[in-house]
Amino acid sequence: MDKQVTFNNRYLPYFLLIPQVLITAIFFFWPAGQAVYQSAYIPDPFGLKSQYVGLENFRFLLNDPYYLASFKTTALFSCLVTAVSVGAALWLAVMADRIIKGATAYRTLLIWPYAVAPAIAGVLWLFMFNPRIGLVSWYLGLLGYDWNHVLNDNEAMGLVVVASAWNRISYNFLFFLAGLQAIPRSVIEAAAIDGAHFWKRFWTIVIPLLSPTTFFLLVVNIVYAFFETFGVIHTITAGGPQQTTTILVYKVYADGFVGQDLGSSAAQSVILLLLVGILTIVQFRFIEKRVHY
Amino acid sequence: MATISLQNVTKAFGKNNVIHGINADVKDGEFIVIVGPSGCGKSTLLRMVAGLEIITDGEICINNKRVNELEPMERDIAMVFQNYALYPHMSVFDNMAYGLKIAKIPKNEILQRVNTAAEILQLQDYLKRKPRELSGGQRQRVAMGRAIVRKPAVFLFDEPLSNLDAKLRVQMRLEIKALQKELGVTSLYVTHDQVEAMTLADRMIVMNAGNADQIGAPLEVYNDPQSTFVAGFIGSPPMNFLNNLFAQNQQLDSSAQQAIDRLLTDLPTEVSATLQQQDNDNLTIGIRPEHLSLCEPPTAHLIGKVKYTEPLGAETLLYIEVQNQQTITLRQAGDIEIPAAGDSCFIRVNTALICLFDSKGKRIQI
Ligand SMILES: Nc1ncnc2c1ncn2[C@@H]1O[C@H](COP(=O)(O)OP(=O)(O)OP(=O)(O)O)[C@@H](O)[C@H]1O
Ligand SMILES: [Mg+2]
Repeated sequence: MDKQVTFNNRYLPYFLLIPQVLITAIFFFWPAGQAVYQSAYIPDPFGLKSQYVGLENFRFLLNDPYYLASFKTTALFSCLVTAVSVGAALWLAVMADRIIKGATAYRTLLIWPYAVAPAIAGVLWLFMFNPRIGLVSWYLGLLGYDWNHVLNDNEAMGLVVVASAWNRISYNFLFFLAGLQAIPRSVIEAAAIDGAHFWKRFWTIVIPLLSPTTFFLLVVNIVYAFFETFGVIHTITAGGPQQTTTILVYKVYADGFVGQDLGSSAAQSVILLLLVGILTIVQFRFIEKRVHY
Repeated sequence: MATISLQNVTKAFGKNNVIHGINADVKDGEFIVIVGPSGCGKSTLLRMVAGLEIITDGEICINNKRVNELEPMERDIAMVFQNYALYPHMSVFDNMAYGLKIAKIPKNEILQRVNTAAEILQLQDYLKRKPRELSGGQRQRVAMGRAIVRKPAVFLFDEPLSNLDAKLRVQMRLEIKALQKELGVTSLYVTHDQVEAMTLADRMIVMNAGNADQIGAPLEVYNDPQSTFVAGFIGSPPMNFLNNLFAQNQQLDSSAQQAIDRLLTDLPTEVSATLQQQDNDNLTIGIRPEHLSLCEPPTAHLIGKVKYTEPLGAETLLYIEVQNQQTITLRQAGDIEIPAAGDSCFIRVNTALICLFDSKGKRIQI
């Protein structure tokens, strides 16, 4: 039954909507509009005047090797973060699904990291891996490995990937666990009787039945890696060394606020905006069509 | 082809004992139905045979080989589940072929075996469909097909028909029976429906709260129940039980007293002897509804009042209150005149077919 809420005053509903509309307008539409507007201008070095340049900022960006490199970095970073966070979460969910004793305790513990803000997560991992005072890097030193992500770009990439993925595992874990528990036990038992051992069942029954969940999580995690990992990158590597961990979102910040190149930064924001749009469409399209067995 | 033997099989979930030691021997090719009320442990017993539950104690042998420690896949069994448990992402063909592919059977043989099964089960037109595109009856057939293509030594069925509507259930029941006879595969079949049990079974195991109360052919169990539980569970409507029929201190009017006296004299001598020997307050007399009939007052064994009637067409059920406020059911042919509710009625008992049970509900053999 539809619940019909009736207001005595016909303006009251609009009034109640105002806060949300204002927030969206002030923090989304206005800056987005500004970004589109500014992407067509180059301000002078003192910020006093701006010169209209049309699509010049975009042309410049798409010919800028650093920007193109940042695209590649972002692609690599997103793929790695998604693979690690989805893979680890799936593994943990499969294990948690098999456990009977103390299952709730494990599950609760596994959900906790989700409550940690990305920036805090970044700091946590930074402390552990700090080349001078970090616990893990000290142990690695004992083992004869000289960890220094400030200089080594692979180590830097590895660390931001792990920190970003760690933050996300809990979320993925919850979805996978729910997905696993939605698979009827008797289907698994039927496969066992049909002669399939654990791994055979995993690949031929569990994974296919989880595929709607997996696809959803892939999209959501890519979006996360693209846009929400700023805090992790900022605290751990600040985009370095030599911009090897500068993903697109971080470059917007670095060019705009550190480099003061507002026109280019705005153009980058617009490109990002388009990317979010595309990813969101993909996501919604998919969720609508989501396969239900 | 296989025999199955259960030796003192018990099952406990933690401290909770649910199967209390079951012994049974299943002959090669036999169709055994395990029947009992909900929660009595039928599925648990079947799942122990399948290898899906650990056997707490006792021994299960298939073909005289102990299987307690074997994985389900090593026991050479196939199981049909209540909810069919089809692989939802696979076509009907792949559902049936799954086990064969794992067993690395050559492709053309898989094709041939699945097609033969599909033909038997009339599924040829549906091989490419997914389970969600099938009706309940078709899904049920696919589950059957998945079991038969593997040519196992034993079929296990856990209430395979309970999700179907009444008409389809009757039809599938016949099909399962015919198929099992044709293939000659030893089968264990769990159901809580006693009609299903009666029609399918070569022999049935009647379970009650984790015990096998009686094992025997359907008519043997029906005619010769070993406990009040079995007598009450098998047969619909159940057997009538009467207590304290011959107690001395009852306030009966003269005609009722005459009827009781007539009943006592008409009983087989062994029965009346037993009734007189023992403290008969504790004995229960059991009589099937079809072994009662309405009669004229001078020949009556019991006098009662009709509470309500259920005309079913071919037969009519009369619910009659007799002495001590006990209600009994009487079954008569549909063409016999039906008394109105509230009428007094006179009942004659087929005394040769009475069963006697002791105070614990155990049958007293005479
Ligand atoms: N995994 C389990 N853990 C604990 N107790 C269980 C478990 N499975 C079954 N039981 C208990 O064992 C008893 C027998 O259950 P079972 O499923 O064998 O009954 P059933 O005869 O098949 O009933 P139904 O006709 O309702 O299917 C029940 O009391 C049930 O609560
Ligand atoms: Mg059951």
